[in-house]
Amino acid sequence: MSEIEGIYAIWLREAKIYMREKERVISSIVSPLLWIFAFGAGVGSTIETVQGYSYQIFIYPGIVVMTVLFASLFYGVYIIWDRKLDFLKEVLVAPVSRASVFAGKVLGGATDAMIQVVFLLIIGLFISVPLTPIVIINAFLMLLLISIAMVSIGLVIGANLKSPEGFTLVINFVMWPMFFFSGALFPVSNLSGWLSVVTFINPLTYGVDAVRGIILGPHQFPIFLDVAMMLLFSLIAMSIGVLSFRRM
Amino acid sequence: MHTKTEGSFSREPVVIKTEALTRKYGKISAVDSMNLEVKEGEIFGLLGPNGAGKTTLISMLCTILKPTSGRAWVNGFDIVKEPGKVRKSIGIVFQAPSVDDLLTGLENLQMHNLLFGVPREIRKQRIQEVLSIVNLEKRADDLVNTYSGGMRRRLELARGIMHHPKILFLDEPTLGLDPQTREHIWEYISDLAVKECMTVMLTTHYMEEAESLCDRIAIIDYGKIVVLDSPSELKNQIVTDVVKLKPRIPDTEELKKLEYVRKIEEKDGLLYISIKDASKHLQDLLTHTGPIDFVEVRSGTLNDVFMHYTGREIREAEAEGGFWERMMKK
Repeated sequence: MSEIEGIYAIWLREAKIYMREKERVISSIVSPLLWIFAFGAGVGSTIETVQGYSYQIFIYPGIVVMTVLFASLFYGVYIIWDRKLDFLKEVLVAPVSRASVFAGKVLGGATDAMIQVVFLLIIGLFISVPLTPIVIINAFLMLLLISIAMVSIGLVIGANLKSPEGFTLVINFVMWPMFFFSGALFPVSNLSGWLSVVTFINPLTYGVDAVRGIILGPHQFPIFLDVAMMLLFSLIAMSIGVLSFRRM
Repeated sequence: MHTKTEGSFSREPVVIKTEALTRKYGKISAVDSMNLEVKEGEIFGLLGPNGAGKTTLISMLCTILKPTSGRAWVNGFDIVKEPGKVRKSIGIVFQAPSVDDLLTGLENLQMHNLLFGVPREIRKQRIQEVLSIVNLEKRADDLVNTYSGGMRRRLELARGIMHHPKILFLDEPTLGLDPQTREHIWEYISDLAVKECMTVMLTTHYMEEAESLCDRIAIIDYGKIVVLDSPSELKNQIVTDVVKLKPRIPDTEELKKLEYVRKIEEKDGLLYISIKDASKHLQDLLTHTGPIDFVEVRSGTLNDVFMHYTGREIREAEAEGGFWERMMKK
């Protein structure tokens, strides 16, 4: 009971702070808009269709996943700020297990990311992405799973680093390869050689595949495989996360 | 104010105990095989120069830092084996402010209630109680980033005592506060110690703080306890008062025979007489000096004791909470 209240306390703090820092909300919406309306429409003007969809619509699920990826991974930097401002100490001396502290932080980060997803889903309706209530619910759940996995990775990195600058450096080496080799911007069905190997070992590929499958239809792997891979990946990331928090 | 009850602690149970407690950073021992006992209801002061190991000791007792060797118990629980139970027994006010800027004072307290498992029925009442103790009722709904430094400290103090801990750790509770606020906080602390039968362990650089608050004081340096006693005992052992006077007929020979006179120095026609207890012996001293033109008494302070034990040189500021300590906290 007290553990659950502890998780709730930490989540509540994260959610409140996110809503109070308007800059964080606004800035996180701008870059997906650029990808959809500048990149998607621009590149789309030279391409007829991809798997039956305009390029802009085709990359829409990928951009939603990208937003979740960026928001979730970057959330890890706040653990470094918390520590710098010594706020973290208050939480670390509380009689709450480190697993609960971690869980509260993961839920807080996932909440940030999912608020952005809501904005993007609304935009999706305006550019006539085929979104039905069922599609929205399924996509939302899949994106939540992706977010939990990625927040965990961000927190692992944050818990093990001391400076926000270092975090930004490391996270760029994680974030961009994951994004570019995930099939967010192109179908992974007809890739050759090394490129297909890299995309198949990238856990995010399965996330993108599932979300695109749910929203648009075409997908590369069976949906249960996508979900299983993401679940497995989340579990591994969370276990490492709890261990990192215990050492803090 | 808290009444001093020196010498009567032997009947009280021990609530903090360390046995050869040690914490090393590389080759340097920040805390070096320290043995310490703090009794229930006591206000216990840790004095020491920067980097003496005060914060390291408190961090270990609060279970946020693991000892390199040795053992310690807080409220009867082993700090390494039962950190959860230790944490339930303690409240902490850190050296650096740890309240959340982007939450209101009230929200900070609510969060603390949840984290420390204060029962639902009494949460509101506890919040009201501590807010009134620290006089923050009117500002409770404002964001903490609109608070002054003193208000933040008071909020932290409120938070530290809200779950009625058995033991309260205060790491420089009044650092950087104006004298009025400091005075207030001292009052709260000594009141609490009496009312809640709470044990308080505090570190400070302010000698007058230690002197007026603490039942016992440990002066620590280089990770070791140099001396431990009540403030008045410490002063009695070391400190002398200095009587500075200008006699018409300087005759030091007779004065030297007096049993309470420790030392006499002569400079520019003035005598500096170190005596044991000026408040008691001044009258008698003056009868032996004959007529005088001028007299001034400087009472010895705890500061003299501190200087006596820790020397005069300024320490490297590789201080607690500094960059290196943070780096090495892993």
